[in-house]
Amino acid sequence: MSKYKFFGYRRENGAVAARNHVAIIPVDDLSNSAAEGVASLIEGTLPLPHAYGRLQFGADLELFFDTMIGTGRNPNIAAAVVICIEPKWADKVAEGIAKTGKPVEVFSIEKSGDLKTIEKASRAAKGLVQKVSELKREEIDVADAVISTKCGESDTTSGLGANPTVGKVFERLVDAGGTVMFGETSELTGGEQIVADRMKTPALRKKFMDIFNDYNAMIEAQGSDLLGSQPTQGNIAGGLTTIEEKAMGNIQKIGKLKVDGVLSPAEAPHGKGLHFMDTSSAAAEAVTLFAAGGAIAHLFPTGQGNIIGNPVVPVIKLTANPNTAATMSEHIDVSVEKVLTLEQTLDQAGDALMDMLLRTLSGRLTAAEVLRHKEFVLTKLYRSA
Amino acid sequence: MKPQFLVHDEHDSVGVAVTEIKAGEKITGSCLETGKAISLESKDPVPLGHKVALKDIKEGEDVVKYGVVIGKAKQAIKAGQHVHVHNVKSNRWQNVKI
Repeated sequence: MSKYKFFGYRRENGAVAARNHVAIIPVDDLSNSAAEGVASLIEGTLPLPHAYGRLQFGADLELFFDTMIGTGRNPNIAAAVVICIEPKWADKVAEGIAKTGKPVEVFSIEKSGDLKTIEKASRAAKGLVQKVSELKREEIDVADAVISTKCGESDTTSGLGANPTVGKVFERLVDAGGTVMFGETSELTGGEQIVADRMKTPALRKKFMDIFNDYNAMIEAQGSDLLGSQPTQGNIAGGLTTIEEKAMGNIQKIGKLKVDGVLSPAEAPHGKGLHFMDTSSAAAEAVTLFAAGGAIAHLFPTGQGNIIGNPVVPVIKLTANPNTAATMSEHIDVSVEKVLTLEQTLDQAGDALMDMLLRTLSGRLTAAEVLRHKEFVLTKLYRSA
Repeated sequence: MKPQFLVHDEHDSVGVAVTEIKAGEKITGSCLETGKAISLESKDPVPLGHKVALKDIKEGEDVVKYGVVIGKAKQAIKAGQHVHVHNVKSNRWQNVKI
C-alpha cells in the first residue's frame, strides 16, 4: 500500500479509472456521422471520430485494430457503442473491447442506413449512460493506475524544470508500485544510448535499439529536409538548437528509473514499472497510442505551450517557462516556473504535480478537458490499398 | 540573488538564460549539479531559454550540455556569446539535408 490514493472507478476486470465515459466508437471514417449523431442526441456520450479504417492492410491494419480496440478497452471508458459500415469489423472491435467485461453494444449501417442506426444506437447509449451514472468512485491506491508522459513544444525550460518534475513523479509512482509509460522514439535521438543503458535486460535493450534504429532508418530513407521539423520551429524559438539537446531534455521525464518493458504502439504494459512505447513524437498521435495502451491520465510538460488534449484521457499540462505560464495560463494546470529561479526544488515541484495528478484522477477536470481539447489521432504507417 | 542562467552539469560549455540577458552585462549563474556560482560577461543579448557560451569554443569543437555532446560549433564562439542554430549544428541525421 502506498501513501498516494485517489478516488476512482474500479472496472469489471480490476482495472482502475479516472473517468466514466460512454464512448461512441466509429470503426471507420464513414461511421463518424452516425456516431456524432448519437452523441448529439444522448447526454453523457463521447464520440471518437477519426479519419481512417477503410482499406488498410498488413501492419497498418493491425495497428488500426490495436488502437481502436485498445481505446475501447481503456478503463476510463465505462461502456461503449461501436458503429461500423459493415458488421464484420464492427464485431471484431466490439468483441475485443467486451473481453474487459464492460458493456458493449454494436451496430452496422449497411442494410439500415444512418438514421435507423442512429435511433437504435441512441436507445442503447441511453441505457448505458443511465447504467454507468450509478457507478461510484472508491478509494484506490495509485499502484493500480497506469500513467503516461510525452512533452510538446519543448524548450530549454522543459529540460530544466517541467520534464525533471515529471521524472520525480514517475520515480514516486514506480516506487509506489505503479505503472508508467514514455515513448517518442525519434526524439530520443542523441540520448538513445542513455535510454538503452536503462534497460533492465539485454533482451529489452536489443528490442529498444532495433525499434530506435528502424525509426531512424525510416527518417533517413525519406531523405527529406528536417529543418524546422526536428527541432520544431517552436523548439528553436524556445532556444533548443539540435535534436540531441531536445532528446536530453526529453529523457529527464523518466528520472533515474530503469525500464521494465518495451512496447509496440498501442500495446498495454504486461507488468508494473516503467515502459517504453514505440510512438511518433507528434503529441496527439502519441497520447492516442498511450490511451490505447491503457493510460488513464497523461502528464504533458510543455515549454512554448502545446495545447493538446485527448477525449479519453485527462492530459495534465505543466510548464517551467514563466512567459508561457503567463500568456497561455488557461492551458496550464501546474506551473513550476520557480524551479528556474531556484525558489522551488524539483522535489517541491514533484509534490505539486503529484497533488494535481491525484486530484485529476479523482475527477478534477484538466485545462484541456474544460477547453474541449479532444484530439484523437490514429497513427498511420503507410497508404491504404 | 536569483541566477540569470543555469548550467546542468559542471562539464557543460553552455548555460541556459532564465532571465532576458542583455549584451555587455556582468551575469551570474548556478550549476545545478554542484551548486557552484559562475560569473561572466555577456557579449550578445540572450533571450530567456536560449544558451550562452561559458567558455571560448573553437570551430568544429563539441558543444556540451547535460554533460553530453549536443552538437558542434559551426564557427568559433566566444565566452558570453549567444549559442544557437546560427553557430551550432547537430551531429545527427547528417545524411539528410539539414
